[in-house]
Amino acid sequence: MTATMGAGAEAAVVADGLVKRFGDVEAVRDVSFTVPRGTVLGVLGPNGAGKTTVVRMLTTLAKPTAGSASVLGLDVQREAMKVRGVIGLAGQYAAVDENLTGRENLRLVGKLTHLSAEQTAARADVLLEQFNLVHAADRLVRTYSGGMRRRLDLAGALVHEPPVLFLDEPTTGLDPKGRNELWAVIRNLVDGGTTVLLTTQYLEEADALADRILVIDHGMVIAEGTSAELKSRFAATVIEVGFRDGDTAERAATALASVGELRTKGELVRIGVAGAESATAMLEAVRALDGAGIEPATMVLREPTLDDVFLALTGHAAEEATDTDDDEVVVTKGRGRKTKSEPAEKRGGAR
Amino acid sequence: MTLVADTRAMAWRNILNIRRNPELLVFATIQPVIFVLMFRYVFGGAIQGSLPPGQTYVNYLMPGVFVQTIVFGALTTGVGLADDLHLGLIDRFRSLPISRAAVLTGRTTADLLRNFFVVTLMMLVGFAVGWTVDTGVSAIVGSMLLLLGFAYSLSWAFAIVGLTARNSETAQAISFPFLAVMVFASSAFVPVATMPSWLQGWAENQPVSVVINAVRQLTITGDVTSEVWKAVAWIIGITAVCVPIAVARYRKVT
Repeated sequence: MTATMGAGAEAAVVADGLVKRFGDVEAVRDVSFTVPRGTVLGVLGPNGAGKTTVVRMLTTLAKPTAGSASVLGLDVQREAMKVRGVIGLAGQYAAVDENLTGRENLRLVGKLTHLSAEQTAARADVLLEQFNLVHAADRLVRTYSGGMRRRLDLAGALVHEPPVLFLDEPTTGLDPKGRNELWAVIRNLVDGGTTVLLTTQYLEEADALADRILVIDHGMVIAEGTSAELKSRFAATVIEVGFRDGDTAERAATALASVGELRTKGELVRIGVAGAESATAMLEAVRALDGAGIEPATMVLREPTLDDVFLALTGHAAEEATDTDDDEVVVTKGRGRKTKSEPAEKRGGAR
Repeated sequence: MTLVADTRAMAWRNILNIRRNPELLVFATIQPVIFVLMFRYVFGGAIQGSLPPGQTYVNYLMPGVFVQTIVFGALTTGVGLADDLHLGLIDRFRSLPISRAAVLTGRTTADLLRNFFVVTLMMLVGFAVGWTVDTGVSAIVGSMLLLLGFAYSLSWAFAIVGLTARNSETAQAISFPFLAVMVFASSAFVPVATMPSWLQGWAENQPVSVVINAVRQLTITGDVTSEVWKAVAWIIGITAVCVPIAVARYRKVT
């Protein structure tokens, strides 16, 4: 409650104690946060963490089991229709009609948001230009590549110029070029004053786009802060040493214990060290291994990834969370509608 | 009220979809055309003997074929909705400030236009194989209205199936046996009097037969009998029951 009151008009999005239960499964448990106007919040977490469900509650697609949320001061439950007028949503699966052209897809959104024909046509021209789709504007979407569909989907979310934009894993499945293009578009929007909430599985993406990052796992917020704050909480640099097998890694771990914060996963040993000490730590690690007579297979110095973040915060790796949560965790209420291999949270959230 | 504007926008989208897949329309008419040819030229001679004297089988057959066409065509409403649900399109629509029923009203409206086209085509096929209507243009117009009314009510019935099924393939698989019973255990192709007595009660009074009989009345004798009013009652009844169920179902699943 205090978050809602204190943030006042400056907050574009406020989530207050959001809970979503599907049968016995608690997909989201007590999630609260505030997104100030004109900023980007990155919601970071593995598949099945509850990211999509949070977005669905904020965009009026799913009803919270408990808690409340508002967008630009409008309650997502009591004033759902008004909320829909001020938000744009681009989901994980490009919501475009394959049998329409790119331009027709944008026209459809224009009609549905009650813009005049002239306004819609003008917006469509601007967006097609902005998203580099002019050459394909009058082609059927079924001939588009995955990246083009994503761009069109995002363009569709912007036809009515919503001041608050929700992007659910906007770049998942895109190649690096497509990802960079989309990032540039999102940065442009933010420069224009749009508030953005985006979910992602990639620390790199949150790092590149978000002012603040919310890390969630198993439906709970486990960390929040700027990218720099979060990174400093686990170590700025990671030394990753690979061995031939798990036993060797175990023995090496004992030898390397003094170098830094240590975690063993299979035949990999990861050592978290402060950025300034990374070179000396590397030397130290080499000496320790040499002294113990253990030969590593690989040895690299790298930036921390989401996996490292998760290891540090939760003690389990992000991909392990993915494995368990991707199984049929979500209770199928009567029937399972979604048939494609989608993350459990999405499947559950669609109800 | 934005329902009308939203319905128009959604119908526009669904009609574009039909236009972009003309092969589906053609496909929708191939099966009934084969039925026309088969029953007109293969079985017709045998069935002719069971008809009242003076009635030709082709005039008996065509109303049955029209109704068969729209009954099987109603499947497309369910299949289309199931596809929209599972491809994420409905999420996009629902995140916009549109009237909630518009997804359904838009689709059923587009399917109504589609049915108009298909029935017109089947009437032309009928004329080509010797179907005659001596009761005037008004009988044809009246028949068209009955057929479209029935098609519209069935669209809503199958919208429920589309919103309930796991996916579009399931929607089709669930509906098919049911539709086959409705169409074949009816007066569509053979007089009900030739069926075993336990089946006659059903075959004579189920809605598919009632609508077929009503169209026959209009196109053969031209009398607006109780059969026509019974058909109108079925159309109103099915629509009145299915619309609220479909809307409630839509709210629940989305």
